[in-house]
Amino acid sequence: MSLAELICPAGTPAALRTAVDAGADAVYCGFQDATNARNFPGLNFTPDELAEAVTYAHARGTKVLLALNTYPPAGKVDLWRHAADTGARLGVDAFIVADMGVADYIARMYPGIRLHLSVQAAASSPEAIRYYCENFGVKRVVLPRILTIPEIRQIRREIPCEIETFIFGNHGLMVEGRCSLTNYLTGQSTNMDGVCSPASDVEYVRDADGSMSSQLAGFTIDRFGPEEKAGYPTICKGRYAAPHRPEGYYAFEEPISLNLSRLLPELIEAGVHAFKIEGRQRSKSYVRGVVRAFRAAVDDIKAGREANIADLIALTEGQKQTQGAFETKKWR
Amino acid sequence: MAVNTMTKLTLGPIAYHWSADARRDFYARIADEAPVDEVYLGEVICSKRAPFHEADLPATIERLERAGKRVILSTLAEVMLKRERKATEDIAEMVSPEIEVNNAAGLYARGKRPHRIGPFMNAYNDATIAWMAGQGATHVCLPAEMPAPAIAAAAQAAVALGLGVEVQVYGRASLAVSARCYHARAHGRTKDNCQFVCEEDPDGMPLRTRDDRPILRVNGIQTLSESYVDLLPEVARLIADGVTHLRLMPQAVDMVAVAQVFRDVLDGRVPTGEADARLATLSGDAGLSNGFYHGTAGYRRIAAAAPA
Repeated sequence: MSLAELICPAGTPAALRTAVDAGADAVYCGFQDATNARNFPGLNFTPDELAEAVTYAHARGTKVLLALNTYPPAGKVDLWRHAADTGARLGVDAFIVADMGVADYIARMYPGIRLHLSVQAAASSPEAIRYYCENFGVKRVVLPRILTIPEIRQIRREIPCEIETFIFGNHGLMVEGRCSLTNYLTGQSTNMDGVCSPASDVEYVRDADGSMSSQLAGFTIDRFGPEEKAGYPTICKGRYAAPHRPEGYYAFEEPISLNLSRLLPELIEAGVHAFKIEGRQRSKSYVRGVVRAFRAAVDDIKAGREANIADLIALTEGQKQTQGAFETKKWR
Repeated sequence: MAVNTMTKLTLGPIAYHWSADARRDFYARIADEAPVDEVYLGEVICSKRAPFHEADLPATIERLERAGKRVILSTLAEVMLKRERKATEDIAEMVSPEIEVNNAAGLYARGKRPHRIGPFMNAYNDATIAWMAGQGATHVCLPAEMPAPAIAAAAQAAVALGLGVEVQVYGRASLAVSARCYHARAHGRTKDNCQFVCEEDPDGMPLRTRDDRPILRVNGIQTLSESYVDLLPEVARLIADGVTHLRLMPQAVDMVAVAQVFRDVLDGRVPTGEADARLATLSGDAGLSNGFYHGTAGYRRIAAAAPA
């Protein structure tokens, strides 16, 4: 039987306490540097803050998972090792890793602490997952958001570790850990710096005809009519023109959120051990609302009751939602 | 530059869906005329394309080897479906030619038998390279987005372990892969009924911003840079920093001539400035870039410092 743990985002100490109080089984967070994939200004933890967070969470039975899920460039590996040392000293319950060198270091130095394989490692087959399990003792894999439920069920049968899947939040389109789009336009790397379409490079420019261009590092990622709401210029959610699509179209994906609340029972049945809510960059009130709603839904399902998912649907009211790859491979 | 006979010039695998005929003609010319030392073959991007050209592989390998080229077979970057897992395992079982692994599924299948590490394997640092070397890696191609100081540090570690170190010096940079086919999407199709529309774009499908600025190229599930990476002006420093292999990625331009330009610089026959101007001409409309190497936005072109 799946444990159906709820893994919740903690971008700040306040958000962490909020997620713990709202019923998270575990929270995930990172340090204020390139060692994690949400290295955004104003987010993340100092070592002292993490120490307090671990105390707070553990006192309430909640686990703390530390994301060290970026790829250190040669010459800077010590930053990641020190982050691992600090996390181990502060008593985190697991490290979420992607880089083989980082995984190897933690497996050798801290064999008593669980290793989770980040979605940034892009392990999407039983063989790839087994590679990390057998070599580094990985206990759980966070699956890429590209698999259907039947595929997840099949993988579950062929791997020796737990599965965690994303169920809610930003819907990443590219294979995580293999995307250099941001670095191509801005000079900051998602893999090496933990940066994706950074706010410091964003500009909204009003054009003469009243339309609005949302730009990243001077590139127009999308353009909106006077009546449209201008979206954030994330490269893979922009509109571009192609030879067959001169009018401009969402070449990769629409700005859309992932919401798998309707599929929760099936995912539990497929053997998914843990559900991850994306959004370390989100506000406390968002975290509170989402975590509470999913807590209630998961508890209902585990108790054999019909889950009230209306609250979960309402969380993204007015926004476009998708079940992405999980529902059908036509998504591909 | 002094004559350099140690540095190898390599030709990476064809990223695009070139027809079987186009591939045969291409490799025949490479075998006969291109001054490259090593050639990577195999379908790296889309497993649906492989049946079109894999029957020609043995003849292509034989032809290239007869011409004195070392041949390496590259595995898929993304492995998810049954046929992709099977294709990866099949290559991993081969005794010769050498293989280049681009997905952890390939590492799993290969075990400790010798293999090369491909650019999709994210070998960014000395610790990872040391781990991989301990598992049988003999050679590592670094990710295209790595800046010069990291390349130097990685190369130093790899060379100390006896590994070859490769850096892409020409052609579009791979920026992303996805489970979704963006070629099919542009034509209102899905990956399963794509009808191989990617064959229409032998150098990728151009995307332009809504204010008409070229930005990216689509190649099936892959997204590439609009500009061609050009590290010809940086070749001397790459070699000084320990890089042993320089990779040219096949584009829809005269790749024999491109290889000759690099060879001329390696052999000290043509000054870099003159050679680079020739490379720009050969590259046609494609802009040239070296931003990643210089630690800035990848699309940028940073001018070489004036000689002291």
